[in-house]
Amino acid sequence: MTQPRQMDPGALLQVDDLSVRFRSDAGVVSALNGVSFAVRSGETVALVGESGSGKSVTSLAIMRLTPSPPGCQVGGHVWLRGTDGVPLDLLALPSEAMRKVRGDRIAMIFQEPMTSLNPVLTIGEQIAEAIAVHRGTARASAWDAAGDLLELVGIPEPRARLATYPHHLSGGMRQRVMIAIALSCDPALLIADEPTTALDVTVQAQILDLLRRLQKRTGMAVIFITHNLGVVAEIADRVMVMYAGRIVEQAAMRTLFQAPRMPYTVKLMHSVPRLQIGGERVVLEAIPGSVPDPTNLPPGCAFAPRCSHAAEGRCDAVSPALEEVGAGHFVRCVRWREIADGVGR
Amino acid sequence: MTRFLLRRLAQSLVLLWLVSVIGFAVLHLAPGGPLAEFTLIPGMTTAQLKLIAHQMGLDRPLPVQYWEWFRRMLAGNWGRSYRDSQPVLYVIAAHLWPTLELMVSSTVIAILLGTWVGVLGAIRRYSVFDYLATVGAMIALSIPTFWFGLVVIYIFSVKLAWLPAGNLYTIGNGSFLDYAVHLISPSIVLALVTIAIWSRYLRASMLEVVNQDYIRTARAKGVPEQTILFRHTIRNALLPMITIAGLQLPTLLSGALVTETVFTWPGMGRLFLDSIGYRDYPVVMGILMFSAVLVLLGNLAADLLYAAADPRIRLD
Repeated sequence: MTQPRQMDPGALLQVDDLSVRFRSDAGVVSALNGVSFAVRSGETVALVGESGSGKSVTSLAIMRLTPSPPGCQVGGHVWLRGTDGVPLDLLALPSEAMRKVRGDRIAMIFQEPMTSLNPVLTIGEQIAEAIAVHRGTARASAWDAAGDLLELVGIPEPRARLATYPHHLSGGMRQRVMIAIALSCDPALLIADEPTTALDVTVQAQILDLLRRLQKRTGMAVIFITHNLGVVAEIADRVMVMYAGRIVEQAAMRTLFQAPRMPYTVKLMHSVPRLQIGGERVVLEAIPGSVPDPTNLPPGCAFAPRCSHAAEGRCDAVSPALEEVGAGHFVRCVRWREIADGVGR
Repeated sequence: MTRFLLRRLAQSLVLLWLVSVIGFAVLHLAPGGPLAEFTLIPGMTTAQLKLIAHQMGLDRPLPVQYWEWFRRMLAGNWGRSYRDSQPVLYVIAAHLWPTLELMVSSTVIAILLGTWVGVLGAIRRYSVFDYLATVGAMIALSIPTFWFGLVVIYIFSVKLAWLPAGNLYTIGNGSFLDYAVHLISPSIVLALVTIAIWSRYLRASMLEVVNQDYIRTARAKGVPEQTILFRHTIRNALLPMITIAGLQLPTLLSGALVTETVFTWPGMGRLFLDSIGYRDYPVVMGILMFSAVLVLLGNLAADLLYAAADPRIRLD
């Protein structure tokens, strides 16, 4: 049993050196390589990165929903402050205790609202189930509470909707139902894994707005996983940029957008299309190359092979440590200072 | 819904007519005939045989014979058995109960056992149990029913003397227990193929459902594993099985043919085989039409049940 180390006093969740490895036919896939971060109560932290950077695996590992062994090893610690203030190591909890955490202290919503609801159970049954599981509430009152939740997430005629099935609802409405399920037990932390990616732009905005309002109302912390920097700017207090299973830059949202230090973050921002009316057309910059093979990560900085600032003998030699470059601003790059001073070009 | 039923009814009528034409043709074109029996009577002359054939209406052209039979069948007159002159519907009714008894008990066994094997094979995928179940299902599908029936009789009736070797009940002992004991062997033999098919389909269906997003959602809600299995996984995995169950009906009927013969079970299957042997045209045609109706009704019931069980399906 590991010694419960001191959590940051303000932290609700503290992830220490989280690593996830899958064994596959192609070899060992290093999906996460020592991810550490903390989430304070009530704040919204965005996890940003390309597909395959480890965002979703991070969230699944926190929930202990990664595909169970054989084949998957999860290492490190995930400390969650219990209701009594004592930190619990989620990765060391017995599975029954962990089950009680899921949906109660930590809730999760997913990318695919179309397939995330059980097609043969009514909306009401699926919301009431979560309440009944954690609160032991009787059917009738759980059903009432489910109606209140549907109203809360802005579904028209909420009581009438309880008896309908998921296929009667649009994607946006289904995502609202997912949010209602997630909020049913007043979680301290909501993990939202690309909740707006599969939705129309107008619906995306509605869902983001809803999440923001609900967060203000309940005071829950949110880990928001996305590859969409526009969404990040909308919703996040702090941003963590992930690359090849590591956090490569971490900063307050404004700092990150105004003064990104990691070349990868800079490239990521340049690859977002911008609307410029009347101005010059800006050529969209793509990041050359592709994400490194997770079965065979480069020995140095994982981004070095794609980085225009990469210096031979330095970037490809040792994996850089996360370095504090400003208040609460961390960067994993050996050349960040040279690049910031304009020497790197 | 009404439109669906009407359309299915129309399709079924066409299908039944085709079954009757093909069945009638095959039966009458097969060598031999109901007159063979009479030729064995000593002193029977050709003139007398011709007279009998004329009385039975067998000397008329085949299409005329078919039309006569078809017209009467629609009117509810399915003819009389050549063997004992009993009305065909009466003969069928007398043999219906043992067959239904056998089919119901073997279906119950098959669904219970097949579900258990299929679910366990899926949740303990690649375990020793799963491999044994896979090999077992392959064997069950490969061995002929009559042979398996004989093996069961040899082991449990001849060697161990635990179970009777056949018949509906012991003469002079018509107790419920006696009936039940007689039902065991033929039910298991008839169920074997269905257990194998059911467990394989259910295993595949379970494995598909287990990886669905909504199962992950249930886990993220903190639903206990047992509830996830029964309320979320099995319930969804059983949906396609309703169709499989409907499709199993013909297999059961044809399996009953062999099983009833092996276990001297006085049901429709054995009646059908015996009647073919005698070229008892009215009875054979009667059973053929009756079974066809049963299969069509079974499939219709499966479709209706599917619509009732899966809220996404609308019949129209």
